[in-house]
Amino acid sequence: MSRLRSWFLAPAGLWIAFFVAAPLGVVAAYSLLTRGTYGGLSEPWTLENYLRLADPLYLKILARSFWIAGLTTLLCLILGFPLALFLARSGERKHLYLALVILPFWTSYLVRTYAWMFLLRDTGLVNTLLIEAGWLERPLALLYNDGAVILGLVHGHLPYMVLPLFATLERLDRSLVEAAGDLGAPPRETFFRVVVPLARPGIAAGSLLVFIPCLGAFLTPDLLGGGKTVMIGNLIQNQFTAARDWPFGAAASLALMVLVMLMLGLLLRRGGERFL
Amino acid sequence: MEPVLELRQVSKYYPGHEAVKELSFAVPRGALFSLVGPSGCGKTTTLRLVAGFEQPTAGDIYLNGVRINSLKPHQRNVSTVFQNYALFPHLTVRGNIEFGLRRRTAEAERRLRELIELVCLEGKENRRIWEISGGERQRVALARSLAVAPEVLLLDEPLSALDPKLRKQVRSELRSLQRRVGVTFVLVTHDQEEALSISDLIGVMNEGRLEQVGEPREVYERPRTRFVASFLGTVNWINGVGIRPEATRISRDRPPQAASIPATVRETVFLGNCIHVEAETGGGHVVVAEVGAQDGRFERGDRVYLWWEPADELRVSE
Repeated sequence: MSRLRSWFLAPAGLWIAFFVAAPLGVVAAYSLLTRGTYGGLSEPWTLENYLRLADPLYLKILARSFWIAGLTTLLCLILGFPLALFLARSGERKHLYLALVILPFWTSYLVRTYAWMFLLRDTGLVNTLLIEAGWLERPLALLYNDGAVILGLVHGHLPYMVLPLFATLERLDRSLVEAAGDLGAPPRETFFRVVVPLARPGIAAGSLLVFIPCLGAFLTPDLLGGGKTVMIGNLIQNQFTAARDWPFGAAASLALMVLVMLMLGLLLRRGGERFL
Repeated sequence: MEPVLELRQVSKYYPGHEAVKELSFAVPRGALFSLVGPSGCGKTTTLRLVAGFEQPTAGDIYLNGVRINSLKPHQRNVSTVFQNYALFPHLTVRGNIEFGLRRRTAEAERRLRELIELVCLEGKENRRIWEISGGERQRVALARSLAVAPEVLLLDEPLSALDPKLRKQVRSELRSLQRRVGVTFVLVTHDQEEALSISDLIGVMNEGRLEQVGEPREVYERPRTRFVASFLGTVNWINGVGIRPEATRISRDRPPQAASIPATVRETVFLGNCIHVEAETGGGHVVVAEVGAQDGRFERGDRVYLWWEPADELRVSE
């Protein structure tokens, strides 16, 4: 039995060893080296890269990333909860609606992000229509700001919030909602005292699925933020490309990963069985 | 006295299905009223109409003389004990019971203590719902509903989720609790014995219609329809006349005073406190007669005579 188990585990184990553990080891090693004169790596071994992260400039970028990822998560939750509730109560049609929620995944994320650029830029669809209608003199600055980045992130990550929420809300016993109303709670109170607390596992799962990728996002802030909105993902990407400072990039990615892990651990310990 | 709850010509139609048809009945204040019938007869739908989870297609529902058709569930002063209890899994025993009390006043706190004592859950206030037994869950559901001081407490198959051994005990506890708190109970059950044993009034439903309403003895002894007679207990139908097994007399010798029917014993069923003798008449009817466990033993193939007192005949109209 245990032999069979190890055979079944082998493919996944090998995959993780080669494509997760080994590269992580490489990144960890890089982060402790020094940048060569023309990029690349050289001795000596040092902790300098990590110490540089404490620079206020980088801390500000980190804080900014948390802020943007956090706001995106919150917006996804606010937009996604009613949608998930609607889906869960759509009876036979829920599978059709669910397919519509997943439909955007069939288009590449890059293409969808470019689509936003065409919509939002000064000569884009939105501005053109508003000017043609005579409601505007000059185009609004819709692109290349935090708002555009958050819009792009919310659009791209909403399904990750909706799906786990839908899964919990669909399993929610209707009689509990009826019982709350029966005990005198108006719909609003029922929502906050019964539906939301019981949807907590879905809220936690959805929030993590949105927050973590948004924290490390670099494509969206790059394209929709126009280089002005630098997030930690952009910083890391930059170190490996333009700046050619691999050790510092490696240190920044590892530091971000450890930070996220620590937060997750804390959340799980505090929430215990109630979360996830 | 004015009834606390009254239904007048209430109907509920779903597409392709008539769940409740022209239902009318009144429940006196403080009574334990049971709606009994086979599954799918519309009794649970009736309860949901009173609670406000469903809207009647036609007819009116009155609570204390006020028409409540258009009121939402949270606006109606009735409360439901659900079949699965529908306790909130994210709250403790205490959290569940005080859900409807809303404000945390000293008065609410006093009421909470009173309810916990009433249903004997002292010391279990902080337990989670999955940490208590089925019987305790039912008591939490009762206390939670009583907390809002409802005019009428609606109970949907309150005993069906319990162990059969526990059922009889909880049944009498439920009855004595109802007497103590004096709240009107409307209870739905498919178990005729349960309904007969604890109710002040019984309404027998069949296929969406109320066939008869009355006190337990009355509906058992003087059923108005064949359905009511058969649903509430075994009936021997002999030449269009209904006789309960306990009223059916049986003997080996021809009785001198009365007309009797000769029959042959087909089977005897020992039930502990009595024996059911199944006998087949010349006409091919199978008749069940109940005899005491000590009364003359009957064996398969015995030639017997059956008779009964005319006063024991059930006179059904249809």
